[in-house]
Amino acid sequence: MSGYLILAILVLAFVVIFQIAKASEYVSVLNGREKTFKQNNRINGFLFIAFLVLGLAAAWWCNDMYFKKTLLAQPAASDHGEKIDFMMMLTIGVTGVVFLLTQILLFWFAFKYQYSDKRKAYFFAHDNRLELLWTVVPAIFLTILVGFGMFYWFKITGDAPKDSQIVEITGKQFNWMMRYPGKDKVLGRKNYRLTDASSGNALGIDWEDGASHDDIEASEMHLVVNKPVHLVINAQDVIHDVGLVHFRLKMDAVPGIPTTLWFTPKYTTAQMKQITGNKDFVYEISCDQVCGSGHYSMRGVIIVETQEEYDSWLGSKKAQYVIVKEAAVPKANDSTATVKAPVTSQPLAQLK
Amino acid sequence: MSTETILHGHEVEESVHSHEEHGQHDHHHEESFLTKYIFSQDHKMIAKQFLITGIIWAIIGGLFSVLFRLQLGYPDQSFPFLEDIFGKWAKGGRISNEFYYALVTMHGTILVFFVLTAGLSGTFANFLIPLQIGARDMASGFLNMLSYWFFFLASVIMFASLFIQTGPAAGGWTIYPPLSALGQASQGSKLGMDFWLISMAMFIVSSLLGGLNYISTILNLRTKGMSMTRMPLTMWAIFFTAVLGVLSFPVLLSGAVLLLFDRNLGTSFFLSEIVVKGEILPNEGGSAILFQHLFWFLGHPEVYIILLPAMGMVSEILSVNSRKPIFGYMAMVGSLFAITILAFLVWAHHMFVTGLNPFLGAFFVLLTLLIAVPSAIKVFNWLTTLWRGNIRFTPGMLFSIGFVSLFISGGLTGIFLGNSTLDIHLHDTYFVVAHFHIVMGVASFFGMFAGVYHWFPKMYSRYLNNTMAYIHFWVTFIGAYLIFWPMHYQGLAGLPRRYTDFSNWQSFNQFADMNRFISTVAMVVFVAQLLFVFNFFYSIFKGRKVKSQNPWGSNTLEWTTPITPGHGNWPGELPEVHRGAYDYGKDGREFIPQVEPIGADESKH
Repeated sequence: MSGYLILAILVLAFVVIFQIAKASEYVSVLNGREKTFKQNNRINGFLFIAFLVLGLAAAWWCNDMYFKKTLLAQPAASDHGEKIDFMMMLTIGVTGVVFLLTQILLFWFAFKYQYSDKRKAYFFAHDNRLELLWTVVPAIFLTILVGFGMFYWFKITGDAPKDSQIVEITGKQFNWMMRYPGKDKVLGRKNYRLTDASSGNALGIDWEDGASHDDIEASEMHLVVNKPVHLVINAQDVIHDVGLVHFRLKMDAVPGIPTTLWFTPKYTTAQMKQITGNKDFVYEISCDQVCGSGHYSMRGVIIVETQEEYDSWLGSKKAQYVIVKEAAVPKANDSTATVKAPVTSQPLAQLK
Repeated sequence: MSTETILHGHEVEESVHSHEEHGQHDHHHEESFLTKYIFSQDHKMIAKQFLITGIIWAIIGGLFSVLFRLQLGYPDQSFPFLEDIFGKWAKGGRISNEFYYALVTMHGTILVFFVLTAGLSGTFANFLIPLQIGARDMASGFLNMLSYWFFFLASVIMFASLFIQTGPAAGGWTIYPPLSALGQASQGSKLGMDFWLISMAMFIVSSLLGGLNYISTILNLRTKGMSMTRMPLTMWAIFFTAVLGVLSFPVLLSGAVLLLFDRNLGTSFFLSEIVVKGEILPNEGGSAILFQHLFWFLGHPEVYIILLPAMGMVSEILSVNSRKPIFGYMAMVGSLFAITILAFLVWAHHMFVTGLNPFLGAFFVLLTLLIAVPSAIKVFNWLTTLWRGNIRFTPGMLFSIGFVSLFISGGLTGIFLGNSTLDIHLHDTYFVVAHFHIVMGVASFFGMFAGVYHWFPKMYSRYLNNTMAYIHFWVTFIGAYLIFWPMHYQGLAGLPRRYTDFSNWQSFNQFADMNRFISTVAMVVFVAQLLFVFNFFYSIFKGRKVKSQNPWGSNTLEWTTPITPGHGNWPGELPEVHRGAYDYGKDGREFIPQVEPIGADESKH
């Protein structure tokens, strides 16, 4: 019912506007086109300056309401994130000045130089000095921004420190799976053709590789505060993207092409709860590359904790290989079944 | 005196030019309805065909955005009328996830390609090139007609894809494989995707035929005295646009064809080591990233294919209505050229977080931010054109000033995204949505509106209604900022694009009120566009008639044709050009048309 009401109001508004518009044509003919033109010109000139003033006020108001809801209101949770935040403020500063300058000039000129019988337009076709000025000055500012940008870009994308903790994260429609290398600090080899979620091998790990035997799988990512982490990123079906807003980072997960990302978390989850004043705070992994109908729900969780907490969590987990083998034991009693995973292990040196 | 006579004046005045019309028709065969309106080879009619097809697509594409904004703004409400219309796609009055992604994808595809490429450059390149360079028609009228009909065919296929059972393509307008290659991965990657690819192939043929024609016409058919540097900036902009299209669209065609092979013939160009829904696929050795290179090698120039014609028209309209020469004509041409070259060299800035080699990324950052220099030149030159002018706020002028404002706002956020360090954080967030909607979407639309309002009198020999035009402008201009300004804040909070619902996220659920606000404004703005559409069609038949040959007091050649030019444009000899297009306010004269010879005591500039 309310739908029809809205429709009726819309149609009515349309008719009213149309009638006014039509009437104004007649009025302008009767009053003389010249007079109507001048009147409209004054109104539009005034509206431009009003737009500028009200627009800037609205921008201020918008900032007041929403700045605290952005990430700029809380510290970045990684070392890379801090650099990115600095770059952000620098860029906001530079572009902000240009924005104000040009928008004010634009609307001020529109208002100031609106049509008047008395004014003659000033013939001004070009001026090499002016043009040189606004070629060189933007170029200088851009050089500065590019300079900072590149300096940080190479730091962020550079090699991870040797002592980094390695975590593998694999995306599939529509969730994330983590794998930890275990004591040997080496992730076991994978072969996508071995993927078989029903027999406990959702990641397609090659059990022939001994390095895989102590690998631990989990659905949450646990990280140690102030310890660099080196993510190895995979996807099984389509492209996903590991989005880590609080760390200000992201990296695509591409099927067939592993990617990497490293950073150092600066605050534990508990500390972030205090910093943000949000007792439900949690580090979230969002999928930032459209991946199908459940894209918006592809959520992962990161828990940043102290070394002790991390160790005790890791200690409570069983290696996936062990889980798979235990599950296979009852079957082994059945004479026809064979244990899927061979016990042979390969020398560690062969890996990587 | 009837109202008709008040509006349209006395018959005597009209008979003057209707006589001219007849005089001209005598030289031609009598045209049937079919050859005049449907299979026309007259560039002016083809332009109108592109424009009206574009308008129909714009309504569809805009309506899609209203539908998905309904979901974003009111995620917990149901709208039973949606189920009445869309059936299983909106069960219980809620837009299903599949439907949401289909809407988003088609919104992007339709507006980027069918409206802002075909509707914008198709219309104004066809309409303005012969009129502004002084030619009777395009170099090949037949190819020109073919270009429209391939576009029509592409439109029919794309439109048909909206009605198939599994829905249209739904992987985003960028259709990245493997999502777009695997029917198992998404409803929208079934038959709808094949339709999308075939439709785009037709579209590319259309834009190549058009582009080659534009280039050869501008290079070969300029009238006597019309040197390249005397051309209006619209011509330069359209020329560079055509060059961009001709060199980059074929690359997308190759990507589309390879993707069709991957989908239907079992090849592995873009597929490797994939397990989808538990099914292990045999494909190995392909690269999903390769497609992104092919896509963005068109995709980035495409942004400028959309924007350059708008820049050209805005330059022209700003100058005409400020009654001043465009400031720095050669710098304007030079910056268009620089943008064209750079457009080919920056595509990988869409791919900073794909695992691209960081060293390679550095070059793309440098080249991307370099675009800001010619862009800055253009902005300051536009500002200087307004300075000390005598400005008439015609509807075309309002939209041109709006264009400059939006181009500044959207251009500056490009400096954030082009810098790879910041892109790591902002990539694929609402910051990107806000950025490209302002600078490419709304700004180009403003250029298009400016063009329509400015050249409508030439197209239909009638004016659009001014009052409706003013309402249209102010609602759209204010609305555009109200919609997209707050989105930057969502981006700075890291909200990812293409999420149907944020309520399950601890980090992203704080903007429910803002989303409702944006959705409401979007609907109002959409209705204002319908007002424009109404004004357009109403004025074709009922608008105030144009009675002077040169209603804007403009220098360019299109205003030396009869009020209603026939096929061939000029009744007698083609006009001869003696000067550039921007002698406004020179030597105390308000304007000096291009056809006027240089006076003996005229000052040099």
